[in-house]
Formats: sequence, structure tokens, C-alpha cells
Amino acid sequence: MAKRVGMEVAIAVAEAVGMCNVDVAAVYPITPQSHIAEHLSDIVADGRTDTEYVTVESEHSAISVVIGASGTGARTYTATSSQGLMLMHEILPIVSAMRLPICMAVANRAVSGPLNILNDHSDIMPQRDAGWIVMFTENGQEAIDLSIQSFKIAEDPEVMLPVAVNIDGFQLTHMVEPVEFPDQKAVSRFIPARKPYAMLHPDTPVTMGAFAMSDIYHEMMMVKDEVLKNSKKTILKVWDEWAKTFGRRYKPVETYRADDAEVLLVTMGSMGETAEVAIDELRKKKVSVGLVKIRLWRPFPFDEFRHVVRKAKLLIVTDRAVSFGGPGGPVHAEIKAALYHDKHRPAVHDYIIGLGGRDVRVSDFVTMVERAIKDRRKSAVKDYEFYGVRE
Amino acid sequence: MDQVANFDLFASRLADRSEYFSAGHRACQGCGEALAVRLICKALGEETVIANATGCMEIISSMYPTTAWGLPWIHVAFENAAAVGSGVEAGLKALRRKGRIPNREVKTVAMAGDGGTMDIGLQALSGAMERGHNLLFICLDNEAYMNTGIQRSSGTPMGASTTTSPAGKLSYGQKTWKKNMPEIMVAHRVPYVATVCPSYPIDLLNKVKKAKEVKGPAYIHCFSVCPTGWRAASELTIALGRLVVETGIFPLFEVEDGKYRFTVKPDTLRPVKDYLKHQGRFRHLTPDVIEMIQQGVYHEYNKLQDKVDNLHAWSELRKKPHAR
Repeated sequence: MAKRVGMEVAIAVAEAVGMCNVDVAAVYPITPQSHIAEHLSDIVADGRTDTEYVTVESEHSAISVVIGASGTGARTYTATSSQGLMLMHEILPIVSAMRLPICMAVANRAVSGPLNILNDHSDIMPQRDAGWIVMFTENGQEAIDLSIQSFKIAEDPEVMLPVAVNIDGFQLTHMVEPVEFPDQKAVSRFIPARKPYAMLHPDTPVTMGAFAMSDIYHEMMMVKDEVLKNSKKTILKVWDEWAKTFGRRYKPVETYRADDAEVLLVTMGSMGETAEVAIDELRKKKVSVGLVKIRLWRPFPFDEFRHVVRKAKLLIVTDRAVSFGGPGGPVHAEIKAALYHDKHRPAVHDYIIGLGGRDVRVSDFVTMVERAIKDRRKSAVKDYEFYGVRE
Repeated sequence: MDQVANFDLFASRLADRSEYFSAGHRACQGCGEALAVRLICKALGEETVIANATGCMEIISSMYPTTAWGLPWIHVAFENAAAVGSGVEAGLKALRRKGRIPNREVKTVAMAGDGGTMDIGLQALSGAMERGHNLLFICLDNEAYMNTGIQRSSGTPMGASTTTSPAGKLSYGQKTWKKNMPEIMVAHRVPYVATVCPSYPIDLLNKVKKAKEVKGPAYIHCFSVCPTGWRAASELTIALGRLVVETGIFPLFEVEDGKYRFTVKPDTLRPVKDYLKHQGRFRHLTPDVIEMIQQGVYHEYNKLQDKVDNLHAWSELRKKPHAR
């Protein structure tokens, strides 16, 4: 068993990436991702990994550099946050369309305006339809594990898609947590050097990124959708192999005391651990409540989600982003879409919480659950509401 | 000039007979850019990877499932050719070092139009040049956004009428002087900067070959006549490329290690009118605007001449400055 160490999560993510034989990394510093950018460059400077680290002049160039490098067959990595991710936005769908297995950490942070550097999910949500595999982490260990797994998933010949690993900014990136690192030899066996499908090299003069009009674009988008959906099989396979090799098991939808619960709280990201404590408190008060934590955001695990909520009467969804003028939070919209055809359709109440780094405490989760239960008794379930607005 | 003209007679023997940019692409009749790219590829040879910006060149050459490219080629977006090229260079470097590709020198070349270089792509280009990648960047300058319908860019010359700098009752067209990209690249301490035009094919081939040998960043600015966008007869492409040099509007020169040198030097400059009169984009110009352009061209030409005459190579300046 590997030794547990106390380490800041962003530093731990950089350490994990440093174990993955990355050929080219291009990272532009942005709060709260900057410790990943800095520490990865330390690892390269000390010769602990053989990586070309390109100190780009913007996030747009960061993602563009790793596209070019990935095109040559290199294993590539980048990391960003908030405005940086928004600047990359134009390029993200091109990465998935070109089937380039780029791995990226997103240190989730609110988007401007007004300028705010603290945590929520408003940066990753506008990237929802870019065709990437998108995962969320709850703690430092998961951030390490998913960062390593992401290369194996992305580069699998059945997948060949980019992966974004979401790590809540500050709330997770800047926490010092007890973590353990897998053995380097085991990691090297788990993710051997990339075997690319095509390489930009004179020995194989391929054309990448061709121009396509209406006669074929439509079909290409269908393929992109199919490939992303099918990637779940590989993700499950990789998680299974990870469990066998390293002992920690991952699921697309995780649960906590959910089996017999009438009411289920739904979270995504680092708030899951806070919510667990709230569930314990509510259980002591004999409230039949459990927790559902969504790990895999894209491809969305519809079957797994329906399965875990099959007996619940009320779902209390928490969203850390807003679809302005729309259905409230994006997670909530997804869940309602998942349940539309189900015979068993629980009531769904959406709370928008923790925007721009607003603290969400154990007591807040308790209040949200109690209030939603009361609203349901009065048949006054709201589609969505902003929780904890200062009057 | 006679000497250069005579050289051109033998161009077909001096150029590589291999074709890396195939016929059958969708360029307009008389496209100077397609001609330039064909020659550039001959000079680069097969040990090359190209990163191409969105624009005419990408659209005409890569209509899925066809391709005109015999060289490995990647297109991603409009403004990031220099960054994609940086990544290709870094990828090839890492894979070669790790023994995952053959141990041979492969040149990475990024290409973009004037918009993809001077406007929307300038930041990525500046970053790539500053970082010092082993990357040749080639600007294919046809002096406006031709692919989207002839809108002005910062490469559009003074007085040209485009669809967003139209001539009208209150306007004589473009009201700004063309951005001086070679100077911006020299200011990045790029060891080799040159201007070329496919109307001078030997000069173009020589410069591209020279740029290929540079172990670091290099920049070539290629003047690409666009009969469609300039509303000129397509059979005048070569003639216009010659006139632009003979009038001094687009001098052919190179800056090697900071040392400026004309590679084609007209004995006397022809009046700009000789060049302007063949093009619909300048048809509206009044004599006073033409005179203003003439004076502007003289001014820029003299500034360049001054650099050719007076600037030293950077390597000669590696010494302690004199005390005052």
C-alpha cells in the first residue's frame, strides 16, 4: 500500500500528470489553475518527466499547441479555468471532431462578469456540447486518479476523444488533503506510450482538419454523438481495470445512503462530501434522504442515473451554474430530460447554489432538503430557485 | 532586372519537379497564392509538416474527402496557425527525442493569409516567434479577406476599395497604410525574415530554402496577387506581381541576422500608377490620392533603403557599447 501524504490538490494533480509520460504540455496560468501550471513546470525543469512544456501566450494558443502536438502522435496535456476555458471554447469542438485525445484539467471558477475568481461550474457548462468526455472530482484522491485514467480513456482506439477533468477551484484545488500516489511502474503499465491512429509526419502525409460542407457535415456530427455515447463502455472498462490494479472503484453515478431513501439530493463535484455530512444529520432526524453524486457529465449516464433514482419520490438537484432565461440549472434540465419517459417520475426541485464561491455549508444542505420536502407536501415544488440569496 | 528576367527562363530546371500541391484544387483562375504555395512546397521538399490557417488556401485545397496536399497537413482554425505549428514542432521534437519517430530533421511550416497573420492571428504568431520554435511562418498576403468576400484587413493597401472599405462619395477606400509585418517580425529578433512574390520564382525558391535551413523561427511574407478580389484580369497575375516590385510598393528583400538586403533592386522605381491602373479596386482614385500613395511608397522605400545602407548584422554588435 502506497504511503499517504498531505498535499495541496493542484500540486498533486501536477504530480499525477508528471507520472503519465506526457510528451507535450501547453499551459497558460490562470487562477485557480496556476499551481498546476507552476508545479508541472517544476517537474519538467527537474527532469522528472520528459515533456516539452510550451509556455504559450494565451489559453487559445494552449489548446491550439496541444492540437498540433496531438496531431503528430504525442500525448498531450493542458489545464485551465474560467475565462481561459471560455477563450478555448472556439477550439474545443474541433478537438473532438478531429478525434484528438487531449487531456485537460479544469479548475472550475465562475465566469465574468463581474470578475470573480472563486468556484462554481459556470465555466464548464458552456462547453457542454463540445463533444468532450467531461468528469467531475470530489476530492484530491479522485483528482489524481481521474487525471491518470483520462489518458487511457482518451487514447483508447474505441474512443479517441478529449477528456476534461473538473476540479473545483480553491474548494478543491487549494485544499491540502491526504492522498496516495500509485506506483510509477504500475502507472507506466496502465498507460503505455500513446499509439496514435494517424501522425503528422512525412512518412505518412495525411491531411487533418479538412473542409466539409452539407453533404457530409451532418453525418460527421452523428458519428461524434455515437462515439461519445459509446465511450462510456471504455470508461467503465478503464475504471474496472483501475479498481483491480489500484483498489479504488469509480462509477458514473455515485451514491451515499441512497438505496432506501424517498428523497435524494443530487450534487456534482466537491460539494458531495459536505452533502454526505448533511445526509448523516438528516438521517439522525429520521428523514429518509440519500445522496446521488454525478461523476460523469458527458456522456451523461442516463441508465445509471435512472437506476439509482428508481425508488425516490423527490429529487433535490443542486446546480452551480445558471442557464439564464431557461430551465434553471443545467444539471436539473438534464435530469428532467432523463426522466421524461419514465413511468416512475419523481418530483424534481432545483436549487442554484454556491455561485462565485458562495459557501454552501452542511446546514445549507439540511435547510434545502427540509424546505423542499415541505414544499412538496404543499404541492408547491418549484422548478428552480436561487438558494441563500441575501435579502 | 535583365539578369533576374533571364534567370526566370530557367526556373523550370531549377525547381524540384515533384509536386506536393496538386492540380485540381478549387482556386480561382490566376490565383497568385496557389502558384506561390506550389513553389513554396517545391522549395520545402517532403521533409515538411504544414499547419494551415482557415482561409482561401484551406478551403480550396481540402474539400473532404479530397486533398491537394502531398505533404502532411493540418488545419484547425483561423487565428491559430502559429500555435498549431508550435505544437507540431514540439510534438515532433518530443517524439524524436523519445525514439518514437525516425531520427530525421522535419521542418514545421505554418501558413496563413494576411488576416490570419496580421489581424486575428498576430497574437499567436508573436507568441510562437518569441518562444523561438523551429518554425517557418509564411504569410500569403492577398491584401484583404478574400475568402469571405473581399473585406479589408490591416494588409489592405491605402486607397483600395473593399467591401468594408468601399469607395464612395465621402471615401476613397482604405484609409490606412499597410501594416509592416516584416518589421514586426524583425523586432521579435527572428533570424531570417524575407519578402517574396511568385512573379520572381527563383528569388522565392531561394528564400524558402534559406528559411528552411534556419534552426529557429523564420518569417516569409509572400505577396499573392488576387485577380478576383482586386478586380483585375486573371492573365495579369504575374505582371502585377512584377509591377508591385518595380514600383517599390512591395520590395523584395531579406533580413538575415538583422542585416537588410534587397534581393531584387529596380534601377529606378516606376510610378505607382502603372501598378494601380490595372486593378478595379483602385479605379476610383483621383490624382491627388494617387500622389499621396506615391509619396507614401517613396517614404517607405527610403526607410527600407536606409536600413539596407546603415544597419549592421546583429552578430557584429555583440560588444560593449562605447562610453559617452
